[in-house]
Amino acid sequence: MSVATALPGLDVERIREDFPILAERVHEKPLVYLDSAASAQKPRVVMDVMARTMEKQYANVHRGLHWLSERCSDAYEGARDRVARFLNAEREEIVFVRNATEAINLVSYTFGHTALEPGNAVAVSQMEHHANLVPWQMLRDARGIELRIVRVTEAGEIDFGDLERVFADRRVKLLAITHMSNVLGTYTPVERLVAFAHAHGAQVLVDGAQAVVHRRVDVRALGVDFYVFSGHKLYGPTGIGVLYGKRTLLQSMPPFLGGGDMIGSVSYERSTWAEPPYRFEAGTPAIVEAIGLGAAIDYIEAIGFDAIATHERVLTDHALRTLSDISGLKIIGNAQDRGGIVAFTLDRIHAHDVATLLDKQGIAVRAGHHCAEPLARRFGVDSTARASFGIYTTRSEIDLLAAGIERLKKVFS
Amino acid sequence: MEDTVEDLYQQLIMERARAPHYAGRLVRIDGEAEGDNPMCGDQVHVMFASGDGDVVQEFAHQTRGCAICIASADLLGDVVLGRHLDEITSTVDAFEEMIRTGTRPTRSEFDKLAAFAGVHAYRSRRRCATLAWQAARSAIIRMMEAHHG
Repeated sequence: MSVATALPGLDVERIREDFPILAERVHEKPLVYLDSAASAQKPRVVMDVMARTMEKQYANVHRGLHWLSERCSDAYEGARDRVARFLNAEREEIVFVRNATEAINLVSYTFGHTALEPGNAVAVSQMEHHANLVPWQMLRDARGIELRIVRVTEAGEIDFGDLERVFADRRVKLLAITHMSNVLGTYTPVERLVAFAHAHGAQVLVDGAQAVVHRRVDVRALGVDFYVFSGHKLYGPTGIGVLYGKRTLLQSMPPFLGGGDMIGSVSYERSTWAEPPYRFEAGTPAIVEAIGLGAAIDYIEAIGFDAIATHERVLTDHALRTLSDISGLKIIGNAQDRGGIVAFTLDRIHAHDVATLLDKQGIAVRAGHHCAEPLARRFGVDSTARASFGIYTTRSEIDLLAAGIERLKKVFS
Repeated sequence: MEDTVEDLYQQLIMERARAPHYAGRLVRIDGEAEGDNPMCGDQVHVMFASGDGDVVQEFAHQTRGCAICIASADLLGDVVLGRHLDEITSTVDAFEEMIRTGTRPTRSEFDKLAAFAGVHAYRSRRRCATLAWQAARSAIIRMMEAHHG
């Protein structure tokens, strides 16, 4: 038995066989893909379901009174049911969007423009992806709503003292916060944050783009008002994402985009809106991609989040231990509850050089500020290299990363 | 890795990244410009002195960035010293063309600059190589405008 298959709970070698791209070579080296936090690779079953849909069952949804359209609508709405079960939500609470970014913009333009009033405030943390910062800056500028930033500690955790300060005047009406930092790997204590925000009269949007990949998310148990994620990080296709919103909230929100499928009735003078979730799905949706996302969720749940979480913990512990042993390497963030994302700097070697020299060895990592530029500044760095793990990542790949870093250091010595 | 890395991290690039010849500030500055790449935080500041004429007499740069970025800012110094401003802009054009196409120009000043031709294969790194050169072009155009009004 190899080291890779000895991980508890998860047969990584068997899982790897489901991902055709992992057999590819890069620069004549076996691919070591450590960039799953940017976008995950796709299992064969997702590609097959999408191809089969287009080969056998494809037509527009909710429109045709013909057999193909009915079957395709069944499959598309089946994907919505699948997502609803995945999050422990009702199907009417699941809005299909392009990605987490679009979901946050949707909430900002609808909830933000109607439920929030000038003088109210939105709070975000210092460790948000630009997707959960820029839409709120735009709302601030359009509506006279204040944007407040909750500090993170040097370890990379939410500073609860600062959170209390930010909420003290009770003007914050929405806390928009990540469930897992895409740079620090920190998991935020969502239940505690929700209890705190609700007690202060604020609602909570959680950016689950990273967390939903690694941990079971139960929106009822968490108590969140909105939860967003992207399909492509969850081993599904690009172009499909999910907005969960509590039913009463979605019902109170106006449409985001106008067009077909989101209306009740239309005359030249005016239109009425469909009920959620259709009110927020104008135009032909990403039909094949939604069905692909459903297949990805089936695939993930068959593996099981207990096994996935154990695998992530073992890999993360191994990575933190192995990388910490490299002289000159500094890991950014040190949260107690952290997952499979490790951003680091190397003394006197720029992150771009690190990424290129690892790439030459077949190792794919990301370098830059990872769409969290203010967070990089918070930690006093311009850019970092980032290794991130998925269900197909092995311990030996992390050892290859460590060896690769030692080799590239020689180029700069 | 040592053999496959040569096309990008050539010895000349590594030498000039480790110990740049022109890093620092000029006392007298007749033209300067800054460039930055917000994607990675790379920043470059290029400075020229040409007295009252059109020939560059002194050059310096302050660069914060990766090895490619620092080395390309420094090798810029080798090709601008003692040369006319309008000649320099044509070299800058040729350098950018080389990064864009991967093809080395035949001009003699590219004997050394050809070290950067390999950057072409790395779309995400092309900006690292051209940052200082783009800043140099803006500085030189402003100097020419100032001289010839």
